[in-house]
Amino acid sequence: MNAGGQSWGRYPRVSQTMVELTDRHRQLPAMESSMLPYGNGRSYGDSCLNGGNTLLRTRALDHFIAFDAATGKLECEAGLLLSQILDLVVPQGWFVPVTPGTRFITVGGAIANDVHGKNHHRAGNFGRHVLELELLRSDGSRRVCSPNENAEWFGATIGGLGLTGLITRARLQLRRIAGPWMSTEVHRFENLAGFFRLSQQSDRDYEYTVAWIDCLATGQSLGRGLFTRANHAPAHPDRRPIAPAGRLRVPFTPPLSLINRLTLRSFNALYYHRQRAPVVHTTMHYQPHFYPLDGIGDWNRIYGPRGFMQYQCVVPPADAERHVAQLLKLIAASGSGSFLAVLKQFGNLASPGLLSFPRPGATLALDFPNQGARTLALLDRLDEVVATAGGAVYPAKDARMSGAHFRQYFPAWESFRPFVDPHFSSSFWRRVME
Amino acid sequence: MLNVLVIGATSAIAEATARRYAARGARLFLVARDNARLTDIAADLRVRGAIDVGHATLDVNRLDAHAEVLNQAWQLLQSVDVVLIAHGTLPDQAACESSVETALAEFATNGTSTIALMTALAPRLEAQGRGTLAVISSVAGDRGRQSNYLYGAAKAAVSTFASGLRQRLAKVGVNVITIKPGFVDTPMTRDFRKGALWAKPDAVANGIVHAADRGRSVVYLPWFWLPIMLIIRHIPEFIFKRLKL
Repeated sequence: MNAGGQSWGRYPRVSQTMVELTDRHRQLPAMESSMLPYGNGRSYGDSCLNGGNTLLRTRALDHFIAFDAATGKLECEAGLLLSQILDLVVPQGWFVPVTPGTRFITVGGAIANDVHGKNHHRAGNFGRHVLELELLRSDGSRRVCSPNENAEWFGATIGGLGLTGLITRARLQLRRIAGPWMSTEVHRFENLAGFFRLSQQSDRDYEYTVAWIDCLATGQSLGRGLFTRANHAPAHPDRRPIAPAGRLRVPFTPPLSLINRLTLRSFNALYYHRQRAPVVHTTMHYQPHFYPLDGIGDWNRIYGPRGFMQYQCVVPPADAERHVAQLLKLIAASGSGSFLAVLKQFGNLASPGLLSFPRPGATLALDFPNQGARTLALLDRLDEVVATAGGAVYPAKDARMSGAHFRQYFPAWESFRPFVDPHFSSSFWRRVME
Repeated sequence: MLNVLVIGATSAIAEATARRYAARGARLFLVARDNARLTDIAADLRVRGAIDVGHATLDVNRLDAHAEVLNQAWQLLQSVDVVLIAHGTLPDQAACESSVETALAEFATNGTSTIALMTALAPRLEAQGRGTLAVISSVAGDRGRQSNYLYGAAKAAVSTFASGLRQRLAKVGVNVITIKPGFVDTPMTRDFRKGALWAKPDAVANGIVHAADRGRSVVYLPWFWLPIMLIIRHIPEFIFKRLKL
């Protein structure tokens, strides 16, 4: 629980008033300060924070409204978690159309950040699967928004970082599955060219693709890693579903980050060599496939009391390999970096969202223990590469990009601005609009 | 078929409990004051697997309306396997000290109305010769403390009444469970600072369902309130009256 309103990176630390919403039919509370909806606090940086102001907690808005098991149309309140949806719909042969690397996010958060997943090349963003949503504004007005109705509000709210008002409920189109199992293949690749080759080969026949990168490898091995491609498996009636695992948890915050140069180098080398064969085929349950870290509660504590910063960027397809190589060189040279460095190619499916992050190209995501000025300087250097390449950085994971860079990455910010609710704001928004 | 009646169905603990029964495919009948919220909760429980959900509005302090609502419940459910009485408020103790009217009104909501409902439910369950009646009392009813003794007195009345009713109905195969939650993080306790002793409604709901499945009599939720209240009950008065609890 994030009782005090923290973000997942536990950086920056700000304090704000928490107000719990319990009834979607009620008006928003009237208050002097600005408000921001706060779901499960899984955004990494400050896009889910509103320092010195108010957060509206939405987790109690967790009611299902309707589910048609024949068509896979699900209507629910925006505070419901994807995990709660999956628990209900997977046994009935349905799956969320798009999921990020954690299932502990709210539907409202998925829409407000227009999240993406390993199937971006096939399914696009979460926002493409939203059939309809209701937007409640501080002036008391309610709008039903969809691609056909109030379409401009729909476009502003998808990826709108919670700034256009409160999403009270949404109707989603789920995806049919035969069962909870995934057929997965893990391919080892020796360098960046290997990644792009595998990605090219896989996008047509595999719904989910993603690669783990050894971000400390250099020279010939720059960009080496493990490429995972997967599809939902046919039904395996003989297999019993996995028992809900007794969840591990990081019980307290260690005084120092456990991720440092030494642990990282050993981990990455071991992880890269964990499979001897170049390819390993497995049938596995969807949970460890999509959500390896969800099995460890409060894993963000391993970065110690100063927290960590995520960095996720996308660079355009032309020259993607060169730009990713540049980024990886900067990271390897810094010795900083994460054991979860992830590389994926986005597809061409456009999102309805004005401020949506995904766009065609290669996306790289890493987390860095917060070492203050050193980390900030490294991320600024990465930003220079991304900006020159004509790419973008993901606001949901950001705590530090400059306003100038934000406005360059998201040129639609000017057409977005009129849709911001006059009583809504966030730490992120104030920072990038300065 | 599992048939469940929930009174005070919009309370956080009751709703979490109802979700567990819905996931088992139960048929539920919900009773509370707020019709709009009842409608939302009923829709939610249907999606979660309840085979059928009915609901009725009731202000528990309108004792003359109890019989009609119970009639409606029995009409839908036919026979009832589990009844959960979960309504309640958390009175402002200071207000109860300065106004007799407030004190008695709060006692009525948390004590008298519950006793009235249990009285009306008893013959129905007795006639069935089976079923579980779970009533949410509180650790506060175990001993009066200066910080909330009006609430504690009402819950003590409920606990004592439930104890007697349990003895009576045990003979005909009906189990009465006294649920004694400690601090629970719900909208009712929104303004309290939460510490290590606070439990989530989900955890308490788990305990209630488990207690009903196992045919328990008195359950402290979470369990650690049992030893805590054992100690608090046994502090001698000459010490207790000097404490600030």
